[in-house]
Amino acid sequence: MSAFTQYFTGVFRSLLNLWRGLMVTGKYFIGPKYIVTQQYPENRATLKMAERFKGEVIMVHDENNFHRCNACGICEINCPNGTIEIISDKIMNEEGKQERIIDKHIYHLSMCTFCGLCVKNCPSNALAFSQEFEHAVFDRRKLTKILNRPGSRIKREPRVPKEKTGDPVISPPAK
Amino acid sequence: MALNLYDFSYTTLAIDQFLNEKLSPTGAVMTELVIIGILFLALYALLGLALIYLERKVCAIMQNRIGPNRVGKWGIIQTIADMIKLLMKELIPIRRADKFLFNLAPYIVIIGSIMAMAALPFAKGLHALDFNIGIFYVMAVSSIGVIGILLAGWSSNSKYSLIGAMRSGAQVVSYELSVGLALLSVVIFSGSMQFSEIVMSQANGWWIFKGHLPALVSFIIFVVASTAEINRGPFDLAEAESELTAGFHTEYSGIRFAFFFLAEFMNMFIVSGIAATVFLGGWMPFHIGNLAGFNRIMDYIPPIVWFFGKTFFVVYLIMWLKWTFPRLRIDQILTLEWKYLVPFNLVNTILIAFIVLMGWYFK
Repeated sequence: MSAFTQYFTGVFRSLLNLWRGLMVTGKYFIGPKYIVTQQYPENRATLKMAERFKGEVIMVHDENNFHRCNACGICEINCPNGTIEIISDKIMNEEGKQERIIDKHIYHLSMCTFCGLCVKNCPSNALAFSQEFEHAVFDRRKLTKILNRPGSRIKREPRVPKEKTGDPVISPPAK
Repeated sequence: MALNLYDFSYTTLAIDQFLNEKLSPTGAVMTELVIIGILFLALYALLGLALIYLERKVCAIMQNRIGPNRVGKWGIIQTIADMIKLLMKELIPIRRADKFLFNLAPYIVIIGSIMAMAALPFAKGLHALDFNIGIFYVMAVSSIGVIGILLAGWSSNSKYSLIGAMRSGAQVVSYELSVGLALLSVVIFSGSMQFSEIVMSQANGWWIFKGHLPALVSFIIFVVASTAEINRGPFDLAEAESELTAGFHTEYSGIRFAFFFLAEFMNMFIVSGIAATVFLGGWMPFHIGNLAGFNRIMDYIPPIVWFFGKTFFVVYLIMWLKWTFPRLRIDQILTLEWKYLVPFNLVNTILIAFIVLMGWYFK
């Protein structure tokens, strides 16, 4: 292709591309249905957060007030900020063996960065994220929460292997 | 063709006669100057606020947002609230800046754009200046603004400001050529540089329709080149936020910053007004040849509405360009001008001269 034709095909091709770009914004300008803005305080009643939104860490309780936490402390070890404190207790179960149960699962929301390491690493799937995001309070002591509800007990069930989440497995460095 | 449109020159003449009866000739001229000055300043401020609101809304809708909607109905008082905030801000003195030039620069920018605005014909007989070299005058005074930008950048004693001003200088000086050549095409068509004559020559159809493809090409070139000349996106590298914080007006605050901001928006209005006047018939209603009935219906819409409608249409085109395309680099901008716009423009001008010579356009 000679330089002459190259020049003109370049001009027309770029004009075509520019027109294509203009059409995209033009389409958005004409159609108000493309607006994605959520008008927050007004739409509070109908607001639906995304499934994977990390609002705050909660402990999952079922309808009979059972949770699955066995106070192993892995979440506490994994937390980079010291957000979680586990206070465990020891009781005697019906078989006569000593057993460790959770007394208080303390969660400092004010220190949490929502990295999700506690939820990801919980071996018994006891923790989860809720979609609650209105965390503003007038007293910061209210940001320290106890996640296990009063009177809740651990639900005994066969341990389910955790689903593979597709994260890359980091192999230990070769010697 | 008889035009049954209201001529504002009767009104202005009546005011002139009234003032001359009451006052001495010098006093009458002084009063008229003051009245015109106040009118233009008020128009300047109000249009600036309206344009800023419009820009925010258009930009928001193009980015799938809503835009200002909290202050007043649909957020229409938002820009007024912003203006009050800006007026109350502190004027920060810059250490080791060139004080005199630093304070002078915003006024030069704003004077340039007010002087250019004086030449716009808003309706029949409603213009401050009607030179026989109107287009030449507008080209000349619109170049004053770049002096203000360069002074602002140089006197701020800041790297960002200086780089922004230098870019702006290179850009404005080269794009003025394209603007001038694009306007020249209509000067060839209408055979006059006077704005009122150019508008009257479009009584039987606007130049963009009468002039076939070449007029359309020069309209597009004019819109692109004048977008670059007023330092608006995608050619806004004089104030490229991501690279130079705010370019030449980085160090300005409060009312001086507001002057630069207002001048930028009003320059957009002025180039749109010129584009509307020269290519889209200005205040002239939409006429098709000698269809008397159709033309009569169009005449019922007042010329001021026609002028502002067309101008805001071109304003919308410029905003559309800004919010669609990413910013060009300085080398890309100069390539676009010298490698594409100027050759196309020159060929286009010769083509138009040939068309006019052969009389091939609609008369």
